[in-house]
Amino acid sequence: MTITDSVRSALELDKVESHLHPHGSFDVAEHPVPTGREEIWRFTPLKRLKELHADAPLDGRNVALSTQVPEGATFEIVTGAEARELRGVSGWLPNVRFAARVMAEVPATLLLDVPRESEVTEPIVLDFDGTDPAVTSGGHVVLRFGAHSKAVVVLNHTGSAAVAAVCEVVVGDGADVTVVSIQDWADDAVHLSHQQARVGRDATYRHAAISFGGDVVRMDSNVTYDGPGGSAELLGLYFADAGQHIEHRIFADHTAPRTKSHAVYKGALQGEKAHTVWVGNVLIRKVAEGIETYEENRNLVLTDGCQADSIPNLEIETGEIEGAGHASATARFDDNQLFYLQSRGVSEAEAQRLVVHGFFNDLIRKVGVPSIEDRLLTTVEAELAKNVLKELPAEAGA
Amino acid sequence: MTTLEINDLHVSVETEDGPKEILKGVTLTIKAGETHAIMGPNGSGKSTLAYSIAGHPKYTVTSGSVTLDGEDVLEMSVDERARAGLFLAMQYPVEVPGVSVSNFLRTAKTAIDGQAPKLRTWVKDVNAALEQLNLDPSFGTRSVNEGFSGGEKKRHEIAQLELLDPKVAVLDETDSGLDIDALKVVSEGVNRFRGREGKGVLLITHYTRILRYIEPTYVHVFVDGKVAESGGPELAEELEANGYDRFLKVNA
Ligand SMILES: Nc1ncnc2c1ncn2[C@@H]1O[C@H](COP(=O)(O)OP(=O)(O)O)[C@@H](O)[C@H]1O
Ligand SMILES: [Mg+2]
Repeated sequence: MTITDSVRSALELDKVESHLHPHGSFDVAEHPVPTGREEIWRFTPLKRLKELHADAPLDGRNVALSTQVPEGATFEIVTGAEARELRGVSGWLPNVRFAARVMAEVPATLLLDVPRESEVTEPIVLDFDGTDPAVTSGGHVVLRFGAHSKAVVVLNHTGSAAVAAVCEVVVGDGADVTVVSIQDWADDAVHLSHQQARVGRDATYRHAAISFGGDVVRMDSNVTYDGPGGSAELLGLYFADAGQHIEHRIFADHTAPRTKSHAVYKGALQGEKAHTVWVGNVLIRKVAEGIETYEENRNLVLTDGCQADSIPNLEIETGEIEGAGHASATARFDDNQLFYLQSRGVSEAEAQRLVVHGFFNDLIRKVGVPSIEDRLLTTVEAELAKNVLKELPAEAGA
Repeated sequence: MTTLEINDLHVSVETEDGPKEILKGVTLTIKAGETHAIMGPNGSGKSTLAYSIAGHPKYTVTSGSVTLDGEDVLEMSVDERARAGLFLAMQYPVEVPGVSVSNFLRTAKTAIDGQAPKLRTWVKDVNAALEQLNLDPSFGTRSVNEGFSGGEKKRHEIAQLELLDPKVAVLDETDSGLDIDALKVVSEGVNRFRGREGKGVLLITHYTRILRYIEPTYVHVFVDGKVAESGGPELAEELEANGYDRFLKVNA
């Protein structure tokens, strides 16, 4: 494995001892199979992962890829030495077994390049359509954005599959990048995903994790900073149904001064044994003076029998910061809100529908991609139809 | 002809020490064309009466009845009461984040009428209602009551009253916290509503001030969960001069 310059600079940072982000290594042997007792695995139902966390084959064919790559961007699938060069291009060392295995074993890398100063106006779409839930596979994706480029990338996951994936994002200096990862899998899919971004000097990175479907979805959305002035907005929207496990973890690692991170994750839960997890890790290193960070997670519990875990962790190693805060709340419907709407003649189900849409609205607008906004509104509506709107006549729900 | 009839209404709330009775036998009849002012000191149960008529789940009716044109209101769900023609302008209107005023108003109008309003006239009606209450047209895009000033919340309640056009309106301290200009604007809205055919109003207030702009047909002094005395507008004048002392002493 070639150790790139970026990896070297990451290694030179002060080591921070923390059980929240174990040290990384490309060596698979250094990552024992998790038992479920580890801090970072204690929420995940390992038994349902089809061994992806352990030693499941990663060479299966279970995903059909299609792409929309507008002018101003290039996409290719690279293998061999070229692919190996790209492993760890974000400066990240795998800290979980599945990611180390993806880096070591998966032969190809899907490489998207947006050259410096290129502005791509239409969203770039990579569609991953699962074809077989019984087959396991691994994937490595690199999204590379040159200095002062501007683009939106949508990673769209549908169908049935069991996939372990690592996506590395390199945001050049002054670039303005949005990455939207949509997990709209079928009910039986399993998805372990690590999405790691390195944000350049004065660059803007927006990541949106959107999870509706799948039996188990576990996604890490991480950022580090390559220079001062970088800004990251980490957004998340999820809707868990009966039996689903949806786990989102973020890690904003403030590795440079005057950087910003702002995370907002919102989720709704409905149905027996719907389980969501949000773990928000923020680390402000000694070098990271003058940074600003805020993270927020809100969960709306729509029915009995659901569980939402929400854990913000803020580790601060310098006192010289602009601002740091977090908020976490899990609530049922607010009786007063429902009463207010119902007192205007609106039925209970319709009132609940309004409240849920309202809950997600500001977040959907923050994603800032019009085609995605429409799709999200439709998906929220479809999710609501499963419980809240069950007894509503079709016309009133329209 | 519309009649809201409240008969010997007893209501309690759940507290840590068990149920606590707040309304202790309220009897009132409000007919079309009448405005009944209910005046009482803080904590006398005025909001409890308003919420109980509207059906807030926090309040339990232990005995008595409420009927609207003979229909049993207490049997109805909150939204059924609204569709039957009751409207409550709340003392503390509730914020509903992410739901725009225009979406909220259209959804409510559709629910009350049983069909969606005609788009063109509806937009005109909404703009007119907002303008008459000195609310900027950009109000439509804001989230319901979120970040509204106290006065904006109350004016928004009256805009809803005019647009939803109920049979009987219960106004819970709509005048509280308003400066004199806002009070006039709100009163004009209530008076436009009263000017329509066959409307009844139950105007709950702590102060006599609003009664200078909205002339009541009857005034009821409300103390300790029931009506202590009823009369005409002159009763309000007496309260203005002497306060609630006389009624509190009788009660004690
Ligand atoms: N949930 C509750 N628990 C205990 N007491 C309550 C509750 N809600 C209302 N009350 C009491 O009921 C009484 C009447 O309240 P309210 O109807 O709001 O009065 P008003 O509107 O006349 O000021 C007050 O003494 C108040 O403290
Ligand atoms: Mg009150």
